[in-house]
Amino acid sequence: MNKLSPAAQQNLLSLMTLLGFFALWELACVAFSISSLILPKPSQIATVLITKMPLLWPHTAQTLYTTLVGFGCGVTVGIVLGMLIGSSKLAYNVAYPLLVGFSSIPKVAVVPIFVVWFGAGTVPAILTSAVISIFPVVVNVATGLASTEPELEDVLKVLGASKRDVLWNVGLPRAMPYLFASLKIAITLAFVGTVLSETVAANRGIGNVMMIASGNFDVPLVFAGLFILAGLGISLYAVSSLVERRMTGWSQRKTEMAMV
Amino acid sequence: MSTPLIELTSVRLQYANGTVALESTDLSIAQGDFVALVGPSGCGKSTILKLVAGLLRPSAGAVVVGGREVGAAGQRDAFASGIRLGLAFQNPTMLPWLSIRENVMIPLKIVEPFRKDYARKKKGEFADRADALLAQVGLKGFADKRPWQLSGGMLQRASLCRALIHEPQLLLLDEPFGALDQFTREELWDIMQDLWIKTRPTVLLVTHDLRESAYLATRICVMSSRPGRIIEDCPVPFERPRNVAMSYASEFSELVQQLRMRIAHARSEGVTA
Repeated sequence: MNKLSPAAQQNLLSLMTLLGFFALWELACVAFSISSLILPKPSQIATVLITKMPLLWPHTAQTLYTTLVGFGCGVTVGIVLGMLIGSSKLAYNVAYPLLVGFSSIPKVAVVPIFVVWFGAGTVPAILTSAVISIFPVVVNVATGLASTEPELEDVLKVLGASKRDVLWNVGLPRAMPYLFASLKIAITLAFVGTVLSETVAANRGIGNVMMIASGNFDVPLVFAGLFILAGLGISLYAVSSLVERRMTGWSQRKTEMAMV
Repeated sequence: MSTPLIELTSVRLQYANGTVALESTDLSIAQGDFVALVGPSGCGKSTILKLVAGLLRPSAGAVVVGGREVGAAGQRDAFASGIRLGLAFQNPTMLPWLSIRENVMIPLKIVEPFRKDYARKKKGEFADRADALLAQVGLKGFADKRPWQLSGGMLQRASLCRALIHEPQLLLLDEPFGALDQFTREELWDIMQDLWIKTRPTVLLVTHDLRESAYLATRICVMSSRPGRIIEDCPVPFERPRNVAMSYASEFSELVQQLRMRIAHARSEGVTA
């Protein structure tokens, strides 16, 4: 056991914490004989997950699809807006208050508006998750561009580089770490948006399943939905951190990168 | 010589915080000349360089490079004189997301006529060229490293390569050998001198090192304390190619000593003023 590398030890420890958490949950349910209407045992939830998977699967796919499309739209718009705002000091100062104002609106409040405009279903869910994931991206890309060291830009300017050259060769690469940091936030928020909209106005998706299940007092199914959402969220977060490490290793120097 | 390549006429430069860096400064540099700017620290040497590079605009007076006024009112592009410019700053300013080779190749990516061939030649001819230059300054085998993996002196050498790769007609060097040890520095002086003899670019070198200025330049301009003016313009008569042994000869030392006295005097004037 002592021969494990520090990283492996860490992984083992977090795995044990996870298992310990579920064990404790299971024990507590048994010890205090908590009704499955209040808090189902993890084993019960697992059983529901496995037996009802054929039923849950299409909804999982729907939620994943909605989230990814919404996330994609949000990020694209976010990058473009962030570039516009970040590439000029004036635009940055002028647009910032507006941006902060928009981003502080509770996004639940937008869902009814989208439903009025587009009807219940997939479109409001996509839009909600897009809208919710735009702001961190805009703010981070704009900040990344605005905080580019003038010395780095000078390197290109003295060569007679155009504004576009400077943006493309210095500004955007410089903003990359900011962008990826925001993607990790945006992907989790996109889920929030999708599920939010699904619980309010949809006939498909995990959010909708959970709403119906809770109406039927099928609490184990509600928790199963929760577990699916957590699983999806973790996997997408992991994918974005992996991409981040691949793309912006230069900003996280030290550690393994320096050894190459 | 015909019309000078660089001409500063009664240039004044005041920074936004009110500091006057330059006051009625005149300087004229002929094509193919190697001019060193020396003077007490904070006297505006680097400011002159930035003006010529088009990174700053004069508050008054005119900066003309290659027959065009740099940073003139209404001219948005800082540098549009059509002269190929190479610049090495005091700090190496490497772009951290690029390898050393890619950093050195930046000018080829931006400046015509290389730009149009960049996509085609960046893996072949251009990369070879960058590697050859890097080898020349003793950075063989470091081309694929990232900037943070190199020491300060190594980065400075790489930044010199970046200033040279596109065969600039005008080289602006701001203490490019500052962070180097004595031996490397002398080695690079020789590389610089060879290059100058071979391709004869116009060079404007800002330096604190008086031996360096006497070793490399054909003309040394001494500046006063802030606000800087050029108070002495002294030709360097030594034959080329110069070598390290010559730099310890008596007339060489005399020149350096003379410059030293002049700057010490300028400093004390600046302090009392």
